[in-house]
Amino acid sequence: MSEAITRQIDRSHMQISDEVAIQITSMNKWYGAFHVLRDINMTVNRGERIVICGPSGSGKSTLIRCINRLEEHQSGKIVVDGTELTSDLKNIDKVRSEVGMVFQHFNLFPHLTILENCTLAPIWVRKTPKREAEEVAMHYLSKVKIPEQAHKYPGQLSGGQQQRVAIARSLCMKPRIMLFDEPTSALDPEMIKEVLDTMIELAEEGMTMLCVTHEMGFAQAVANRVIFMDQGQIVEQNEPKEFFNNPQSDRTKLFLSQILGH
Amino acid sequence: MATPTPTFVRTEMLGPQEPPISQSGAVKWLRENLFSTPLNSLLTLLGLAFAYLVLRTVVPWAWNGVWSASSLGECRQIIAETLGPDSHAACWAVIGERWQQFIFGFYPLDLYWRPVLAFGLLFCALGPILYFGQSGNNLRIVGASGLLTLGALLGVRHFVAKANPPSDAILSDNPMVLVIAVVIFALLGVVAKLRPQKLVWFSILYPLIGFYLLWGGSVWAPIGTLVGFVILALVWYGLQRQVGVVVAGGAGLVTAAVWWIWVQSAVTDKLNNAIPLGLLYERSDQFGGFLLAFVIGVAAISASLPIGILLALGRRSDMFLIKTLSVGFIEFVRGVPLITMLFVASLLLQYFLPPQTNFDLILRVIILVTLFSAAYIAEVIRGGLAALPRGQYEAADALGLDYWQAQRLIIMPQALKISIPGIVSSFIGLFKDTTLVALVGLADPLQGITKIVRADINWKGIYWEPYLFVGLIFFAVCFSMSRYSMYLERKLKRDHR
Ligand SMILES: Nc1ncnc2c1ncn2[C@@H]1O[C@H](COP(=O)(O)OP(=O)(O)OP(=O)(O)O)[C@@H](O)[C@H]1O
Ligand SMILES: [Mg+2]
Repeated sequence: MSEAITRQIDRSHMQISDEVAIQITSMNKWYGAFHVLRDINMTVNRGERIVICGPSGSGKSTLIRCINRLEEHQSGKIVVDGTELTSDLKNIDKVRSEVGMVFQHFNLFPHLTILENCTLAPIWVRKTPKREAEEVAMHYLSKVKIPEQAHKYPGQLSGGQQQRVAIARSLCMKPRIMLFDEPTSALDPEMIKEVLDTMIELAEEGMTMLCVTHEMGFAQAVANRVIFMDQGQIVEQNEPKEFFNNPQSDRTKLFLSQILGH
Repeated sequence: MATPTPTFVRTEMLGPQEPPISQSGAVKWLRENLFSTPLNSLLTLLGLAFAYLVLRTVVPWAWNGVWSASSLGECRQIIAETLGPDSHAACWAVIGERWQQFIFGFYPLDLYWRPVLAFGLLFCALGPILYFGQSGNNLRIVGASGLLTLGALLGVRHFVAKANPPSDAILSDNPMVLVIAVVIFALLGVVAKLRPQKLVWFSILYPLIGFYLLWGGSVWAPIGTLVGFVILALVWYGLQRQVGVVVAGGAGLVTAAVWWIWVQSAVTDKLNNAIPLGLLYERSDQFGGFLLAFVIGVAAISASLPIGILLALGRRSDMFLIKTLSVGFIEFVRGVPLITMLFVASLLLQYFLPPQTNFDLILRVIILVTLFSAAYIAEVIRGGLAALPRGQYEAADALGLDYWQAQRLIIMPQALKISIPGIVSSFIGLFKDTTLVALVGLADPLQGITKIVRADINWKGIYWEPYLFVGLIFFAVCFSMSRYSMYLERKLKRDHR
């Protein structure tokens, strides 16, 4: 389940500021009659790296998808970078252009080349000139270490490479917050490491990150906070050391014993 | 007996070798496909025997056919003289004598250059669309269709000069036609050479140019129609930021309709009185044959694709009104036979339109055939849309693309690609269905023209030849469409490693 992180992490840029990036207050969400998220309260400051974990079906994906309005919440308040998410399309567009998202199944656009995948949103949403968008895209593709694949199609890349492209594609919009929904759980073990490395580098640069992941090695090495969810609720949150060594609730203990296999 | 050793280590790697003869080439193919089992062998032999029997009669019949004669009687006489009495052979002479009617219907002889030019320009207009993303080809397409068109114009001119007494051949002898054609193609060639991408503007204007060439009349009429479209585009563009794409589109359509129905004719009449410019006006009943089939087919095909896309999107829309209207329209149209729609076109539509509009029958037919086909296309595209994973919509949303951007850049390119076979099948069906217009009194190539030819005293009793000729042309067109769709699928294939 979890890859041990062996590399040395450079913490010089990992500063958590007082500025609030995401503020969620008393948020509830239902799918039909099913109460999937219950009274979520959560504040994320700029520069935080948060790992969200919990058993399957606990609402982790739903929670982070609410943050960029891929899902609509029914009560409570979500404020992202000072913009409240309401049904106002302008606010939604604003939030989406500041928040990058990486999916479990990459969701690259198969009919476009890697480069076109990366330049599409900057060109059409940010109105960046094509030449400039391509330069930015090549910059981020080099950062995720696949500039030589720029003119291939997603179907020609391995899973790990595709996920790194997906990360680069999000970064091309210069987001201030990145959301990851189980970015490594569709990958073979040898590819997990390359994606985690990319995510660590991002963290080292001070990006605000929310990651749903079961990579506990990553959580221990990179996160400043771990949130444990069950049945649509936040059950426990703590800094990683305390969370793993000294879990408080029984649910957390049970979950950790299952996932870490002690 | 030696006990098998459980460990094995290869000391030498094997290089690749040629496959055995029976595994490759023609022998392998025959074995696998035609003689794999006794039953399969038997069926192969039976099939060959059947093909032989059919071809034994058909090939000599077609091959020995008579190409020049002025009547069926003369044909039979020639056949009897050359092949002996009681022998059968085709009488292709009917095609040689009447081809112009199969192609042009009753279009006036000395105006044949107009459909020929329109047809040639059609290819220039189709080029940028059929071979999108390869604008380098545009110049070649313009050049080839230009040369073919000029050749055809010369041929037609020669033919008309021969068929007409000299005094009648006023326009056809007019070398201006050739000069105009050369100038048009040269202009298009220059555009294709310098700005290949801009040729798509010609494709957008082509419907008006084509209709004007075919129907003629005052030059101000198509310009007035064009102004309507410009009004539509301006209203849409001006309003879309404030009220959204759909409402702005509706408002544009309404404004344009007001222009077309109540304002346009007043303005264009004035203009026409001031500056009378134009071509001879041709009535719809002069259209016929493949000219008619192509006009209806091409117009309905190119208009039904965008309408079908909008209907498919409407059907999946969250907006209740749009969804209901789309579903209602699609289900209604699909539940009604095309012939009913054609009768609506010929009889009913006139009642719904403002009284002074004199709406051409062919136009009315085109509109209803378009709507008919759009409903089917919409369902085909809906299938393509449903096949796309949700993740594609989510990724587009997460990147901040708005609805129309996501549809245009992400969803439609993939959905249309999946739907290509279905869309092209619909188009092929539509093109063949153009023969149904015979039922509302238009002279389609199969029913209309063939009947007329067979009713001629000279050709009474001829049967196979005209139908074969018409069938062959239909086959060539539909087969090209099918090949094009295969080409397109190959071109858009992205999952090869
Ligand atoms: N579109 C939907 N409609 C109805 N129920 C849904 C929908 N999406 C998710 N659910 C339900 O909501 C609950 C939470 O789903 P969610 O995907 O957020 O869980 P998760 O914690 O991400 O689980 P996993 O680890 O399996 O990804 C689950 O019980 C799921 O069945
Ligand atoms: Mg999930």
